[in-house]
Amino acid sequence: MNLAGKSYGRLEAMVMASCALLGLVIMPVCNAFVPEGHLLHVSGFALGVYGKYCCFAVLALSINLLWGSTGVLCLGQCLFFALGGYAMGMHLMLMIGKLGQYKADIPDFMVFLEFPARYPETGGLPPHWIPFRSFPFALFAVTWVPALVALAFGYFAFRSRIRGVYFSILSQALTYAATLLFFRNDFTFGGNNGLTDFKTILGHDLNAPGTRRMLFIVSVLLLLGVYGLCRWLASTRFGLVQRAIRDSENRVLFCGYSTVHYKLLVFVLSAVIAGVAGAVYVPLVGIINPSEMAPDKSLEAVVWCSVGGRQSLVGPVLGAIGVNALKSYATHSYAEQWPYILGVLFIGATLFVPKGIAGIPEQLKQWRARRALKLANSLPRT
Amino acid sequence: MAGSSCVEARQFIAPDMSAKPFMLLLEDVNKSFEGFHAISNLTLYLDEGELRVIIGPNGAGKSTMLDLITGRTRPDSGKIELGCSSDLTRMNEHEINRLGVARKFQTPSVFVDHTVLENLLLAVEGSRSVWHALFRPLQRGQKTRVEEALETIGLKDRSHEKAGLLSHGEKQWLEIGMLLAQNPKLLLVDEPAAGMSDEETHRTGELLISLAGKHTVVVIEHDMNFVRQIARKVTVLHQGTVLCEGSVDQVQNDERVREVYLGRKKRPAVGGVKC
Repeated sequence: MNLAGKSYGRLEAMVMASCALLGLVIMPVCNAFVPEGHLLHVSGFALGVYGKYCCFAVLALSINLLWGSTGVLCLGQCLFFALGGYAMGMHLMLMIGKLGQYKADIPDFMVFLEFPARYPETGGLPPHWIPFRSFPFALFAVTWVPALVALAFGYFAFRSRIRGVYFSILSQALTYAATLLFFRNDFTFGGNNGLTDFKTILGHDLNAPGTRRMLFIVSVLLLLGVYGLCRWLASTRFGLVQRAIRDSENRVLFCGYSTVHYKLLVFVLSAVIAGVAGAVYVPLVGIINPSEMAPDKSLEAVVWCSVGGRQSLVGPVLGAIGVNALKSYATHSYAEQWPYILGVLFIGATLFVPKGIAGIPEQLKQWRARRALKLANSLPRT
Repeated sequence: MAGSSCVEARQFIAPDMSAKPFMLLLEDVNKSFEGFHAISNLTLYLDEGELRVIIGPNGAGKSTMLDLITGRTRPDSGKIELGCSSDLTRMNEHEINRLGVARKFQTPSVFVDHTVLENLLLAVEGSRSVWHALFRPLQRGQKTRVEEALETIGLKDRSHEKAGLLSHGEKQWLEIGMLLAQNPKLLLVDEPAAGMSDEETHRTGELLISLAGKHTVVVIEHDMNFVRQIARKVTVLHQGTVLCEGSVDQVQNDERVREVYLGRKKRPAVGGVKC
């Protein structure tokens, strides 16, 4: 007896295999060994861009875990992404050392905001920043900070049986509140400028080609790992319960499952995944600020999922990479129109390809079958 | 406290069998929705292993009664106990289910996007914890139980089809199969024969009869032919309270039952129908 979820499409296997091949072998090789100016050369800048897309794809997978598989639409997923990013950013900030503009021991914005007067006993560093000097601690914080926020919020929301659109609105309010909080200078996270001007990670120069290549490979590995985790989850009985909750939560309750526990685990897990994605994203792009957790970012990530197709695991990956590639192109050529393009994309996907890009092969098959039937019916009967 | 009242009730109803506790007890249960008394002073006792059919006109409170037993709604007042020990009025749906109370809904409610097999795997008796769902493989006992259920409901060769593709009658059977896989103490079955062909109805009846004894079964039904096929003891509900109880013939020949079903006779009874 085997559980379903193990039978996944050829498209998915192909996409993930080519992701692995491209990301782990071809692109790093073309970056490192093909001379600059050659047709096949992949620039360090391009690696950074694709690494960013990988992080977005992981974020989309985390949304899909929650929305596509469990039916819980969180419109504040970028909060967890940004929290992970901030945790990593704090460590990178402290690693700048005396290389900043002010040549001080503490990050520049702290000098500028006169933190030494506020925290004289630590030389200007707020006490909660101190443990972030350690890289392992920062990595640890990348997971537990989003997890804790998700646990607290999810516990109260799910226990009170807040479902559907009410949960979505609440999660959006949460991320909006967090954005406002992080915008404040005295919240000690750099205000609206956020954290930037990073120099090194683990002692390596962040702008060195080798470091950028490694960061790109890490982002690809993260994507493959998270994909594998989601795939495994779907193959367990947990995955069965998850999808059952999506389709009919009440019926699951009457089967004896405490849906609160299941939804809470999924929510916390997806927050952790989003947080890790944010932590890889920050050294790649070199900045984290409160606009990363603004509600519109989370909405955009939801659009990736629905354009890619939230019924499958490969859909969100395709959606995140595809929409962002389009965005890079469009904001370059038609910057003003981007929100409209995104809106049309979302409406178009919802109306014409409800199962997203990943669902197109299936849709084509159905369409062909319908047309064949129509043709057969229209033939004169003999 | 709970136990003593249960035993008292048992001695009061049937003093000769006082040693054996009731499977399910409802005493003076009331529930109203915005002024409408869906259930009023409902008292009902079920023996272990009994097959009880509950009939009543529309709006008699049959489904509300099941909602109260399964924890979907809470009573305004009254007592609902399982096996003389568990107070069901304070528990959630999933907790009540884990005590061994399983329910089949009026409209077939299977998971349409899951296969037949997956539906049964979701329902099969066993731990419901997150940890076990993630890391514990299916036990041998569970596998045989699922296979038995597949056999009983006759969907063995369609086990990998999506439940949404089944016919209405087959969905009803699948849901009954899910109850079987769960191996509950108390089965609450809401209109199992609705939308079934005569033959399917008959087979459903035989299945339910075979379940009685091992399980306690409560069946809500409208189809009187079906009721006659399966019923030992029938309870008639009317306006949220028990109108009368007895064998099928007793109930069918009861004046009050006829009045309720066929409309009032010439003399309007003062203060409505009393039991």
